[in-house]
Amino acid sequence: METGSAAGAETTGTEPEWTGLPPGLLRMRRLLLVVWLGLLALAVGLLLGLFAGPVWAAFALLPLAVLAWGWVLLGRNWRSWRYAERADDLLITRGVLWREETVVPYGRMQLVEVTSGPVERHFGLASVQLHTAAAATDATIPGLDPAEAERLRDRLTELGEARSAGL
Amino acid sequence: MTAPGVEGAIGAGKAVGERRLHPVTPFRRAWAPVAVLTGWAVHDPNQAQEQLTKLTTTMVLGGLAVLVTAGALYGFLTWWFTYFSVTDSELRIRTGLLFRRTAHIRLERIQAVDITQPLLARVAGVAKLRIDVVGTDKKDELAFLGQGEARRLRAELLARAAGFAPETAHEVGEAPAHELMRVPPNKLAISILLTGATWGSLAAALVAPPFLWLTTHSVWTVLATAVPLLGAAATTSVGRFVGEYDWTVGESPDGLRIDHGLLDRTHETVPPGRVQTVRIVEPLLWRPLRWVRVELDVAGSANSVLVPVAPRAVAESVVARVLPGVTVPRELLRPPGRARWCVPLWWRGYGLAVTDAVFAARHGLLRRRLALVPHAKVQSVRLTQGPWGRLWRLADVHVDTGANKTVTARLRGAEEAASLLREQAERSRTGRRTARPDRWMA
Repeated sequence: METGSAAGAETTGTEPEWTGLPPGLLRMRRLLLVVWLGLLALAVGLLLGLFAGPVWAAFALLPLAVLAWGWVLLGRNWRSWRYAERADDLLITRGVLWREETVVPYGRMQLVEVTSGPVERHFGLASVQLHTAAAATDATIPGLDPAEAERLRDRLTELGEARSAGL
Repeated sequence: MTAPGVEGAIGAGKAVGERRLHPVTPFRRAWAPVAVLTGWAVHDPNQAQEQLTKLTTTMVLGGLAVLVTAGALYGFLTWWFTYFSVTDSELRIRTGLLFRRTAHIRLERIQAVDITQPLLARVAGVAKLRIDVVGTDKKDELAFLGQGEARRLRAELLARAAGFAPETAHEVGEAPAHELMRVPPNKLAISILLTGATWGSLAAALVAPPFLWLTTHSVWTVLATAVPLLGAAATTSVGRFVGEYDWTVGESPDGLRIDHGLLDRTHETVPPGRVQTVRIVEPLLWRPLRWVRVELDVAGSANSVLVPVAPRAVAESVVARVLPGVTVPRELLRPPGRARWCVPLWWRGYGLAVTDAVFAARHGLLRRRLALVPHAKVQSVRLTQGPWGRLWRLADVHVDTGANKTVTARLRGAEEAASLLREQAERSRTGRRTARPDRWMA
């Protein structure tokens, strides 16, 4: 039933070592953004240009503006994601406008999940999700390198077992 | 928990110690077809009458006989194919005629045990027994058992869950309980009269139907609105009175005992260390009398009331028994004054206090709610800050518990919130050291 360790008490006072996300996730998201909005701009431009006149085709600039804005937003959002493995708990911070910081003690973890969708797999990415007994706990680290995701999963599971506590 | 198809032993024969439910059980399903018919007749009276005139007496009698026989047969078969047994570490329930279902409920994971007796069950001398584990649903209750058997089974389950040796577990018997408090009926009645919801629903039920009559002159519209409104008014006043009548909170080595009900009696047992959060609610009209209502959350359990009404001092002493070593904090820290720009007026209702044992957060201005979470029950801590909050250097700290309830300390200063986040994570980690083991007698 004992949780935590004596060594943990000393390290928690200092600033934790933050790890950012690998650039793969940003690349994937930007590529998806460019592909979808590029297609949209093309469709809008062609359709309006053919059926309503060349002046109307200027509306195709709208998706392009969104693209430029989204490009910046994605970069800011990607930079805001950080996580830190401390001796006894995992820290995750994210968000630019709506900031959120989550602390999950290893002993409370019920399940660690590694997921990877088809697009993510193509880009060689995987996400790690932590579940505790509280459904409100929202601890996901997206866009990790699969090897790193697996290392994190194994380490979290191991630490969780060592410090395990019930409800 | 459920392992359909896994049980190769199902056809092989009865396992040791398997028992059936009380023989009265089949009858609870016999009325189902009659209820369906009645429901249909009420739903569509004109058509029902039309259909009835077409039928001859023999057809009606024959149809009823077939339906009742079918209902009885179904009830009998489900009863015949339902077994339960208690092993060293589990309660096993095996059920299902066509779709087999086996539930193994681990006893050390018990969050609460309830014995309920609806009115008819009281007449028949039987009771339902329900084990609350995270993930159990209505199917996992044992309905019905003989009254005495239900009590014996509860005592045995609790003894085994507490860590007594299996050989002695059924001899331990019921743990002695002593009463902590009892709510007198007159106080309960006054407290319900002083609740805004009672008068609100009553007013709606009295005002809406005449108004509708004046505007539409349609009997059906008036009836369709009046009946549900009156029903709601009845449940919020009379229903609450009947349900919370003779509310008794007791304490025993097996944990907390809560007994209540005028017609339907309910006996709940919450073993030590299962309470995830406690909330002290102060409705506006109760405040001059210094009365409060206490609610609690247990993982996997639907019961949420600990004390329906009690003077503050009594309620606090009960809370101290439920969460050992906890005193309800008196002084709460308000958010900084600039919080008025985020939540005007209501910001005064927010408050926070952190003691050695609990994280306490209050919200609400008219109806004050103070939520207490023992540090050992905290599953994760979160800090959130929106753009408007950042402008005013304010942030919210959320504490998630295992009963799927989140307690939030809103609008704390940004630096305070950041340090609160770190410290709370540390406290929730170390808070476990003094906690009692899951098997509380071991």
